[in-house]
Amino acid sequence: MSNIDKDTADLLKTVTGLDMSAFTGAYNIRSNCMSLGRQSTDNVKIDSKTDNPGLDIHIAPGTKGEEVLIPACVTKAGVDDLVYNDFFVGEGADVTIIAGCGIHTETGEPARHSGIHRFFLEKGASVRYVEKHIGTGSNETKKTIDPQTEAYLGPDSYLEMDTVQLGGVSSSVRRTRGTVGDRATLIIKERLLTDGDETATTDFEVEMNGEDSGVNLISRSVARGNSYQAYRSNIIGNAKCTGHSECDAILSENGRVDASPELVANNRDAALIHEAAIGKIAGEQILKLRTLGLTEEEAEKAIIDGFLK
Amino acid sequence: MLEIRNLSFSAQGRTILNDINLVIPDGKLICLTGPNGGGKTTLAKMIAGVEKPDEGRILLDGVDIVPMDPTERARAGIGYAFQQPVRFKGITVRDMLNMAAGKDLTEEEIADVLREVGLEAGAYVDRAVGTHLSGGEIKRIEIATVLLRHSKVSVFDEPEAGIDLWSFNNLVRVFENIRDRRDNSLVIISHQERILSIADEIVMIQNGKVGLRGDRHTIFPRLLCKNDNCDPGCPRNANF
Repeated sequence: MSNIDKDTADLLKTVTGLDMSAFTGAYNIRSNCMSLGRQSTDNVKIDSKTDNPGLDIHIAPGTKGEEVLIPACVTKAGVDDLVYNDFFVGEGADVTIIAGCGIHTETGEPARHSGIHRFFLEKGASVRYVEKHIGTGSNETKKTIDPQTEAYLGPDSYLEMDTVQLGGVSSSVRRTRGTVGDRATLIIKERLLTDGDETATTDFEVEMNGEDSGVNLISRSVARGNSYQAYRSNIIGNAKCTGHSECDAILSENGRVDASPELVANNRDAALIHEAAIGKIAGEQILKLRTLGLTEEEAEKAIIDGFLK
Repeated sequence: MLEIRNLSFSAQGRTILNDINLVIPDGKLICLTGPNGGGKTTLAKMIAGVEKPDEGRILLDGVDIVPMDPTERARAGIGYAFQQPVRFKGITVRDMLNMAAGKDLTEEEIADVLREVGLEAGAYVDRAVGTHLSGGEIKRIEIATVLLRHSKVSVFDEPEAGIDLWSFNNLVRVFENIRDRRDNSLVIISHQERILSIADEIVMIQNGKVGLRGDRHTIFPRLLCKNDNCDPGCPRNANF
């Protein structure tokens, strides 16, 4: 991957948290609509799609402990990148998938990345999916990241999605759809920070079709400056299942949050819970940290950093 | 030395503190006691800078700290353990202890301070200081944050609340050890005999005023008075 420029390398490091030169697993590095490098392993095959831009990633049944890396970067203004990636996870596999996108632009032209990911988990498969989004460079340039995720969880499977967007993205619409089978579990953790005039929309909809299926949605967000966030979640219990969603948001300065959680129970044995809290940082929290010697600004930063950790 | 001079405070038309005068000498353990609603917690908040008095001065080593905000007072040498500790989402026990110490503590240092308050580090250090901790657990972490600061004057507001007997005995020993080192002062608001019995001085705060005060050998027996014919100044006669 010697053809990677500095901006791309910096973004890759931020998005993946990995030293690419030491990475031995399967990967595909996408930058400005092109593949900069790809590697498959014995258990993880990565192939280009023939009908759309994007990848088919096949993870063999029984694969254990492998990491799959599928990050994307945009470093040129005016780029509008659209990619379709499908993950087919074989029976009993247990892997970590690291994706995410970074946009770095310096000129006035807008840049955008739309990643459409679909997950098909076979019986007993287990996946931890880590996705980080970030925008860097000029604040004058509009940077848009619109991820869409569809997850189909087979019997006894487990998918944990850990998604993070911590600033620099002008606009994002995150749409996630899940269908959860018998005894399968879907966990989605979202951490979101918006500032300035940024906007972010989160839209979760999960259908609990399997007996004893479970879902847990946890969203923590901070809206600063004049930013605006919209949160919508809908857990639909069509079988004996458990569903829980938790939406916590901290408002700072003129930040705004609009949260609309929904629960739909179509089965009398569906047990669904929602918790939500939106508000500014509690004054007593600031006060406690000030009695430890922190300034008001340091206290607020510590509280927000902890909240989003 | 901490000197409180002519301190008064009112809220919603009610006098909470009325011309309080008090001296906390260096290296002494002072217990504030008295009936609920008497003004003890308000006085503690005044010292920490959480509340501002209407009148009066609070001198730390001769410097009036009333104009200082809570951050400046903490840095000047005031420690304060809240009666009802604050809960946070996401901030871990380790984070809190590091912030209190002003540095990244070693695993051993964290284990030591948590042991002092009766907690086993491995079970707590990476847990959030939030709703999943019991009242007693979070109270002990609150106390640990103040112990770590080694402040010139540390104020503990009812440290016994919510703490089991074993941990409480341990905590009393910690307070005794600090007292015996005679380098920093402790102000402990308490109704507990065990804590009152280790005080150098007991001060009763009642109706916003300083009432009985003196060394524990003089005051403590009076607080425990069972004599139906005791003199009118006895705490019993003040519905204590």
